[in-house]
Amino acid sequence: MYDCSKEVLGYHNEEVTLLQKERDEMRQRRDTNRIRVKAGLVENNDPKPREFASQGSYAMKTMTQHPEKDYDIDDGIYFDMDDLKKDDGTDMSALESRQMVRNGVDDGSFKKKLEEKGVIFCSISEAVQKHPELVKKYMGSVVPYADNKHACLNSGVFTDGSFVYIPKGVRCPMELSTYFRINASETGQFERTLIIADEGAYVSYLEGCTAPMRDENQLHAAVVELVALERSTIKYSTVQNWYPGDKQGKGGIYNFVTKRGACRGANSKITWTQVETGSAITWKYPSCILQGDNSVGEFYSVALTNNYQQADTGTKMIHIGKNTKSTIVSKGISAGHGQNTYRGLVRIQPKAANSRNYTQCDSLLLGDKCGAHTTPYIDVRNTSSKVEHEASTSKIGEDQLFYCKSRGISLEDSVNMIVNGFCKEVFRELPMEFAVEAQKLLGVSLEGSVG
Amino acid sequence: MALLEVQNLHARVATTGGRDILKGVDLTIRAGEVHAIMGKNGSGKSTLVQVLMGREAYEVTQGYVRYDGKDLLQLSAEERAREGVFLAFQYPVEIPGVSTSYFLKAAVNAIRKHRGETELDAMDFLKLVKDKMNLLKMDQSFMNRAVNEGFSGGEKKRNEIFQMAVVNPRLALMDETDSGLDIDALKVVSQGANSLRGPEKAILIVTHYQRLLNYIEPNFVHVMLDGRIVKTGGKELAVELETRGYDWIEKEIQQPVLTAQTSFARSETPR
Repeated sequence: MYDCSKEVLGYHNEEVTLLQKERDEMRQRRDTNRIRVKAGLVENNDPKPREFASQGSYAMKTMTQHPEKDYDIDDGIYFDMDDLKKDDGTDMSALESRQMVRNGVDDGSFKKKLEEKGVIFCSISEAVQKHPELVKKYMGSVVPYADNKHACLNSGVFTDGSFVYIPKGVRCPMELSTYFRINASETGQFERTLIIADEGAYVSYLEGCTAPMRDENQLHAAVVELVALERSTIKYSTVQNWYPGDKQGKGGIYNFVTKRGACRGANSKITWTQVETGSAITWKYPSCILQGDNSVGEFYSVALTNNYQQADTGTKMIHIGKNTKSTIVSKGISAGHGQNTYRGLVRIQPKAANSRNYTQCDSLLLGDKCGAHTTPYIDVRNTSSKVEHEASTSKIGEDQLFYCKSRGISLEDSVNMIVNGFCKEVFRELPMEFAVEAQKLLGVSLEGSVG
Repeated sequence: MALLEVQNLHARVATTGGRDILKGVDLTIRAGEVHAIMGKNGSGKSTLVQVLMGREAYEVTQGYVRYDGKDLLQLSAEERAREGVFLAFQYPVEIPGVSTSYFLKAAVNAIRKHRGETELDAMDFLKLVKDKMNLLKMDQSFMNRAVNEGFSGGEKKRNEIFQMAVVNPRLALMDETDSGLDIDALKVVSQGANSLRGPEKAILIVTHYQRLLNYIEPNFVHVMLDGRIVKTGGKELAVELETRGYDWIEKEIQQPVLTAQTSFARSETPR
């Protein structure tokens, strides 16, 4: 028999494993990165890292070649837990720690990378100065100032916000994220977000929110507008953790937000994914106007209310173009005295022939003082379209809890596990690190709600 | 020494109160033994094992249970599990969205933590479950499926015994594990249960059919009737029940005064 091991080995060395030269380069880049983050942390007065350690395929020496050179090096940065404190002395959350490292790494080169691709990611105030034509053309085109009273208030008093423009055919090279925090007491926050994906563009945008404890209520009335042109995709993910008020329902944020996206072009797609655990009262209906033919709108939501929180959230899917599709998956969890309402509208216009909607609304109740409500509106104005609505309400089962506990799992862990399982379909839609964060957040928000 | 000692155990449904379902159960299981409980539907067999596992839906109104020297009734369900008690459910519950591997790893680590052992990482855990999966002829894909979700009746039962094999309990309570199993699955499941027999451990099987006891041979067979154990014998008692049914036992004990005296006398027996 012919011995081909030499050929195989040769092929493996040339075509499969990553060449020494490239590995060296990558190591160099890794070292530069380490120097950069160290310097950045010092500059920001953040804690010193204890050590770095390579991980993943580099550490395991299993790196392979890739036709588009799509490989990277996974590097770990380690801190002493005692160092990871906020200004007020309390522990940083996982997300905050990552944010800190990310800020340390950022010496403006992220911006450069985005600029190379022509992506604009800046504050609204900067966009007004530098890109007035885009702001004039799109701002208020999805959410007009007279849309509702909170949008009107926002349009009147907003001072700043985020602006994103992805040019034609560009896939945004990284996930963009903003983080909002309301610090001052007895105040309102009225930021505005405008995201435009030009033809064939792709962007994934993450939004996180947090606010410290206050006895008084604060108002958050933001407006978010998304514009998706032909063949473009916008993924918008939110983890909302505004202060929910105390156990008696005192304080907390009123979260009255108008979020809407327009699929203007054919074959465009907008996906809203939200995890709502905070706020005293939430009124929020991230919606899609499906104008372009074959456009797709998606809404994935987990809303959790504990103590005296109220969440009234859902979506509107307005089908205007032909063959438009929408998917709604809403998971509501109520504990304590929490009230959770899904409120949604699916409208299929006469010209939206062959359109489809699938809606799934599940509610989970923990305890006997909370409530779950579902108010779906369905308005179909042609005969060729198809709309499906599935809804379920369940109590977290005594039998499920007993099953978990009979395996040695504590009550709290059992509840967490069951609730996270319940939300799986939505968490799947979140970017990896947000999904981990969201799971933990649910655990924290549910603390003390059972037993 | 007795591993489990149940004395005059009374229990009822916690929420509605009302009449006791268990009306004075006496049962002693020593380490190394396998006991079977048989009886008509509604005689309290399943209630007994669920009360022993610590289901809060039942309220113990009287009696005493000692397990491994501890007062079992003072422990919560999760504490009992960590102390080595395991219940293989008659109707295993579905937990949508939670993978079997995640679930089982949480269980194993909760028990290990309680014993002061280090928690298993993903690799060690995988090693542990692999053998047990082979033993129960289970496919690897089981681990990635949500707990019991979409499982067939047989798969659910197999999954119970698989979990039991992984957890390796000291006292295994098996509640009608054989119902809904075909003969091949029954053999596999029995093999799994037999692998758990040992001088330090004990098994309590609730079943309707003698068939299972051909594969897992019991040391004692008890007959439960109206919330009490009314007759105890060897494995031949199961064969007799299979042919004769339960009526003759009912007739045998249909002398209420006498029954009361016997059970009184029994509970007076020094331990």
